[in-house]
This record gives sequence, C-alpha cells and structure tokens, in this order.
Amino acid sequence: MATLKMPITAEDHAQGPENAEVTLVEYGDYECPHCGRAYPIVQQVQKHFGRRLRLVFRNFPLGEMHPHAEAAAEVAEFAGAQGKFWEMHDRLFENQARLGDALFEDLAEKLELSTSAMREASEQGTFEARVRGDFKGGVRSGVNGTPTFFINGHRHDGSFDFETLVSAIHGAMDTAKSA
Amino acid sequence: MAQSAARNVTPIHGDGILPAGTVAPNFTLHVTPDQTLTLSELLGRPVILAFYPADWSPVCGDQMALYNEILSEFQKFGAELLGVSVDGPWSHAAFAETRHLHFPLLADFEPKGAVARQYGAYRAADGFCERALFVIDKNGIISWSYCSPVAVNPGADGILQALEDLPK
Repeated sequence: MATLKMPITAEDHAQGPENAEVTLVEYGDYECPHCGRAYPIVQQVQKHFGRRLRLVFRNFPLGEMHPHAEAAAEVAEFAGAQGKFWEMHDRLFENQARLGDALFEDLAEKLELSTSAMREASEQGTFEARVRGDFKGGVRSGVNGTPTFFINGHRHDGSFDFETLVSAIHGAMDTAKSA
Repeated sequence: MAQSAARNVTPIHGDGILPAGTVAPNFTLHVTPDQTLTLSELLGRPVILAFYPADWSPVCGDQMALYNEILSEFQKFGAELLGVSVDGPWSHAAFAETRHLHFPLLADFEPKGAVARQYGAYRAADGFCERALFVIDKNGIISWSYCSPVAVNPGADGILQALEDLPK
C-alpha cells in the first residue's frame, strides 16, 4: 500500500491539534472538480471528529489540464505566508467555477491582503517552489490524481464519500489504539 | 538491479511482462500518421515505456495526464517517455491534443498489439495493453518493469525510483 513519504512538518498547512488521533492529508487541486466535491465532505468529516482529527492540505495542481490550478495554489500559499491559508483555501474551493485573476484579486481584498504583493509574488514565482515541492512529494508518495487522501500516512484508496472516509478514519483510530 | 544478467529471450505472450535484465525488444511504431519512431534511436539515454489500455480515459487521475505533469522530473534523468497503446495514430493525435500531452504516444495498431505482446504486456482476451511500465537503461536493457492491475493507475513513484537507481 502506498504511504506518505514526506513527513508532516511545521511548514504544512494543518487544522486540528498536532497530537490528534488521526491525521488526514489531502493532496488537492483547486480546479479539480472532484476536489471541489470533496471540499464540503472533508469539512463534514472534520466536524464529525472534532479535535480527534488533524487535516493537512498539500498542493497537487494538474496544470496541463487545469489552467488556473497552479496560480490558485500559489495564491493560497501567498495567503498562507500571511496566516490566512485556510481562509483562502476555502474561498477558492467555494468559487471554483470562477478561478482566475479577477477572483484572486477579489478574494485577496476580502481577506485584507495586498493585491500588489500578490501580483508580485505571482510574477516572481515566489511560491512556485513550495507548490512544486508538494507536488513532487505527492508523486513519490503515490499520488496519482486528485484528490488523494492519506490517513495516518496510508493512502486511502476507497472513495471519498462521507461514510467511507469516516469509516476509514475509525479504522485508523482502532489500529492506533491496538498498536 | 540485475543488468549483468542481460539476456535475449523469446518473446512471451501475456503470461508475465519482461523482467529486469532483459534486452528490450526493438520496435518501430507510428508516432503520428506519417512519422515513426524506432526504440534503438534512443540508445544512450533511459527510456520509459508506458503501455496503457486506451486513449480517452475519462478521469482527472488519468495515468498519461499525470506523466504529462511530471515530465520535467523524468527529463532531469535525461529520460524519454513513450506511451504505447493499440489506438491508431489519429486517435493518439486527437487525445494528445485534447490533453496537451508533451510526449509521444505510439500506435501499436497494426499488427495489433504486436509490440505489447513482445513485452508480455498484451491482454489477448480484451484486445488491449496491460498497464505495464518499463524503464530501459541507456544500453537498451530493461532495468525495471511493473504491471499494474488494469483499473489501477500505477503512478510515477516506481518509475522515479527506477530512474534514480540507474547507474550514473
């Protein structure tokens, strides 16, 4: 079974306690329709488990297929550098159909981020290496498409509907307890 | 890997893909309707041969689309990626254009699946290729091979590892 090769570090974007029973890692692409469908499901799963679950999001933009995916990932990283990763992450998924420069500027303004600094970061590719690093690490971990989930480091090969994810996470909790 | 055990083998048919250490059978296939590619032209650098069942797989996680996204990682090893299926060159051309693929797709079209058969990567009952991967070293010897269940995208981690393991 494929396992997560890149350990979770302080550089990762995480929601939930570091010592949560289960860590769910999502490799996602803001323009991927399947990730768009997974977005509210993951939120439901987080609500269901509360502080027993930590969520980590990593970038896996399929830029050849999704022309705005890379830019969106860099915009989220730009927001992240200013402590607003999840705010931007959520808004990007909630506005998936409108991805593009106009939306990015609009969202930056709503989050009180500097649009000129965001443009500059985009032009200079400030967050390109970060996004590429996520992508490469994903490939080495067996991410073959999006979304791909890892539950406590093991790739989740089942579907990502609420019931399946919840039951897989319960399984990981049981494994952790018996270990 | 067992490069030292290089040997010529009689082509096998569908009962297992060619293993590491085997000389990669040479072939010439259409890469576009009016152009062909011969494997031996690529001697001197590693080649990734990716047999796949068919063009037009309907998912985002499509294997060829994934490889397309990580071409630059393969290129760091100087490796050439070749996709192979039994689809004809016109289908490949349309598929490559739609998906913006930046690597050649070879048409193992006539006689159908002949090259796949030589690599042990043909599913005779289905009439299409296995999802089989081969990394061929610069001397034309298979250094790694892997056959994935047909419905499972094998990803690229195995290929990258095999490229990393090639002698420098």
